[in-house]
Amino acid sequence: MQHALVATRKGLFEFEPCDTGWRIAKRGFIGDNCVLAVRDPRDGATYVALNHGHFGQKLHRSDDGGETWAEVSCPVYPEPPADYEPEAPMEGTPYDWRLKMIWSLAPGGTEEPGRIWCGTLPGGLFKSDDRGDHWTLVESLWRDRRREKWFGGGADEPGLHSICVHPQDPSRVSIAVSCGGVWHTQDAGSTWTLAAAGMRAEYLPPELAFDENLQDPHLMVQCPADPDRCWVQHHNGVFRSDDGGRSWTELKDVPPSTFGFAVAVHPSDPDTAWFVPGVSDEKRIPVDGRLCVTRTRDGGATFEQLRAGLPQEDAWDLVYRHALAVDGTGERLMFGSTTGNLWSTVDGGDHWERVMTTLPPIYSVQFVSAD
Amino acid sequence: MATIRFTRNIQRHVPCPSRPVEGVSVATALDGYFNDVPDARAYVLDERGRLRDHMAIFIDGRPVQDREGLSDAIEPESVIDVWQALSGG
Repeated sequence: MQHALVATRKGLFEFEPCDTGWRIAKRGFIGDNCVLAVRDPRDGATYVALNHGHFGQKLHRSDDGGETWAEVSCPVYPEPPADYEPEAPMEGTPYDWRLKMIWSLAPGGTEEPGRIWCGTLPGGLFKSDDRGDHWTLVESLWRDRRREKWFGGGADEPGLHSICVHPQDPSRVSIAVSCGGVWHTQDAGSTWTLAAAGMRAEYLPPELAFDENLQDPHLMVQCPADPDRCWVQHHNGVFRSDDGGRSWTELKDVPPSTFGFAVAVHPSDPDTAWFVPGVSDEKRIPVDGRLCVTRTRDGGATFEQLRAGLPQEDAWDLVYRHALAVDGTGERLMFGSTTGNLWSTVDGGDHWERVMTTLPPIYSVQFVSAD
Repeated sequence: MATIRFTRNIQRHVPCPSRPVEGVSVATALDGYFNDVPDARAYVLDERGRLRDHMAIFIDGRPVQDREGLSDAIEPESVIDVWQALSGG
């Protein structure tokens, strides 16, 4: 059975199954802000992105399942051209060409050994072909002047948090940005198309509500077995795509709330997806203090509220976008909250078990193969 | 020669022993130090070569004025302290 890699505000934890559920098998970077951890299924390498408050962003890699770590290169933004005149973003002032945070890491295809994609704040996409030893900014996207209209959602800078590599053709990659919509490449990043038709932004004046470049998808996931099917938890709604993320249908009847950050899609059933709702952008807490996971098993026609085993009184947990994971069977899920609680299920969410209640704030959860 | 000292907080990430440095400015002194301890550079300076937002440098107890160019002058007997700011922790 797979392990679970849990990145938190104060360390990295690898959980392994045991008779009573899960237990911590490894601890790393104790005391450090681990914003994301990913294990590459192709070679087993584990990557952890650190956000040191004083010393900047760092990236470490382990080739022995987290026993030992080595610092590797961090993505570096180039110097802006001397004659560069930034466009004003929708909000605030133009952003520095400086790395503020690593926010997504995605291995390339099985035929692309060493390729890793990296999404960052303030919105740059980077690519490595040597497992993070060297990074190159994807200039074609960064220098698209429409990119300069992106703006921060929550953070001060726009952030690239979702990278979906097509499982059959890894030259096809779709990304999602808060707030910059959904972009697609079919040539491994040489050219890009902005396409997020149907997404709707409540946080903009009505005449801008359907501007594809100003949407705030909080997370986008793609079904491995049916990559045309994508799901998005958006700032103000839940959306489904049947064409690889180019057009979207808003699903409005999703009780108790359409607000949230996390979404997971079943690996083999594109109609099944899970969300962890909060009240709204101004109240990022469970509705009525009762934690629930919403699940659709019919492509979004209906949603269930899964509550068994989850606290139904005075629960103020928020689940960040990378902190809900589903394993390869589609039956086991795990999610962690800002309150340091971690829950798991073995029946697709019908029943939940509390794994731990004393972790630091949880940023990412991923099911991984053990070494 | 001037002396450069680093906050103990950086030591667990990259060892930065105190040592004498040559230079007429903070920038040249740091350059010399980072030539010998290259891994420390990105912990103190960002990719533009500017002092990181939540780092602080003092020359004989005075905070540097030029956080971007690090052009503040140093004296032969100066002590340069590379510290973390209280912000950003």
